[in-house]
Amino acid sequence: MSILSVENISKTFGGLKALMSVSFSVKQGEIYGIIGPNGSGKTTLINCITGFIKPESGKVYFQGSNIQGWPAHKIARAGIARTFQVMRPYYSLPAYKNLIIPLWSPRARAIGGWRGGGKHGDRDTVAVDILEEIGFERDSRVPYKLASTLPTGYLKRLELARCIALRPEIIFCDEVFSGLSASEVAGMLPLIEKLKMEGITLIMVEHRLKELFKVADRVMALQFGEKIAEGHYKEVIADPRVKEAYLGSEEV
Amino acid sequence: MEVRRKERIDRGIKVRSEGIYVVSSLKEMLYVAGPRLFLIVGLLLLPLVLEMAPYWKRVVNIMCVYGLLAISFDFLANIVGLVCLGGAMFIGVGGYMTAIFNVYLHCPVYLAIPLAGLSGAFICTILLLPCLSLRGVYFAIVTLMYPLLFTRIIEALNILGGTNGITGLDSFPNPYLENYVIIILLLVFMFGLRRLVDEDIGLVLRGIKDNDQSVRASGINVTHLKALAVFIASFIGCLGGAYLAHLYMWAGLSLFALDFSIIPIAAVTIGGGGSMMGAVLGTFILVPLSEFLRFFGTFRIVIYCLILTGFIVFKSEGLLTYFARKYDQFERWAKI
Repeated sequence: MSILSVENISKTFGGLKALMSVSFSVKQGEIYGIIGPNGSGKTTLINCITGFIKPESGKVYFQGSNIQGWPAHKIARAGIARTFQVMRPYYSLPAYKNLIIPLWSPRARAIGGWRGGGKHGDRDTVAVDILEEIGFERDSRVPYKLASTLPTGYLKRLELARCIALRPEIIFCDEVFSGLSASEVAGMLPLIEKLKMEGITLIMVEHRLKELFKVADRVMALQFGEKIAEGHYKEVIADPRVKEAYLGSEEV
Repeated sequence: MEVRRKERIDRGIKVRSEGIYVVSSLKEMLYVAGPRLFLIVGLLLLPLVLEMAPYWKRVVNIMCVYGLLAISFDFLANIVGLVCLGGAMFIGVGGYMTAIFNVYLHCPVYLAIPLAGLSGAFICTILLLPCLSLRGVYFAIVTLMYPLLFTRIIEALNILGGTNGITGLDSFPNPYLENYVIIILLLVFMFGLRRLVDEDIGLVLRGIKDNDQSVRASGINVTHLKALAVFIASFIGCLGGAYLAHLYMWAGLSLFALDFSIIPIAAVTIGGGGSMMGAVLGTFILVPLSEFLRFFGTFRIVIYCLILTGFIVFKSEGLLTYFARKYDQFERWAKI
């Protein structure tokens, strides 16, 4: 049963073909990886699916209905959350107040915050609960610090926390591991697994292949806006076109 | 050489009066409520103190109208992130709406002003709706253009009294009412907006200023919220305009004067943005100052500009921010 299926998405920026008829589908509760070299259209694909840019053609079916063409907030309200590659926290607010905004959103208010809390006045507590879940030390001052003073590791977690607070069906993670040290990434992997256990479908765009392959059920490879391979990660990295995309072809 | 640096430390009483335990001590309650009480009581006593100076009572009224414009600007610019130069538009639309209700439709004053506020806010929001999805300077430009548009339309089509304006608006039944209507409006909206900003919806509005893409990714319709914020701000401005029209008993083209757009911005710059109280403090300095400077004739603009520049250069954080810091913290030299 696929929760999201993307059919023939195409997008051009001027003369540049960023996406050429990309199709894929993701099953409920799966971790789906999207890999590809720089400029292969990974982030554009996320932007097209989540409504931040409009593709020229193609359809996106989420839980059976075509959401292509919906405004971004409506897609998020339907249950598709996303992180941003360039982190976009609310820098002028303390970390836990960053989560009040998704917790206040119509979706989170309708179905209740993290584990049912936060329907009414106790959003602050729920926000700190989520931050604790995602690796902020509850009894430290970290959750109460201004987002602008937090280091990258925490900000990446905060991006994810903001998605979780929305109570989504799907989270698009746009390079949540980039800029983190190996030990920080190792600390985040159990979290990814935990979200999967909660029944959330994750679609992860990633450059850190080794870490991604530890959690991903299936992987798709993109190059120059085209899908060149899909399947278990072992099949994908064995594919000659993927090797060529990452390492370059022999005859230059 | 010994190196020293200034460090700022919260006063003990500030730390003690954070949170609910403040109610256990009168002194700490006074510490928290003092500045607010000073403002409220001071403002309410002002018309009584100025009993012998009716001219200055009038200045207080106009000062409060500018105060309303300043909090509306502060709210839009420093909370929601929409730089709105539409003070003149709000005043003009509010003034003309109340004239229509009062003169043409014979509504009494106490009905005409709120009706003008609501309908004016509705008109302003509809007019600004197309540019809400724009970011950056576009919104500011459009809000600056509308007052010019209105004056030219009224002039060219000779509607709503043309260049003579609409005369014969009802005045307030007595001078005290005239004073207290606007003072209470100002206090209510100032504390009301501060309360709104501290609520969860206020956080969302601040989020829009910080980062509207993330708000959108949280499933919140940013344009709706911006429209709501513009409605609130223009409602406040239009009420000020309606009041002013009844004060002058006339609604004319000078209600669209650029002063109504510029002085609130200057006031927020002087007082400090984001707190609403800073905006009010700024107008309470600027408006009486410009009255004092009348003594200098046309030269007053020069002095006015110099004072304004001085504030911006030497206290760019805003006076309220400065005072609040002195009130809550002390400074000392520390060796490093």
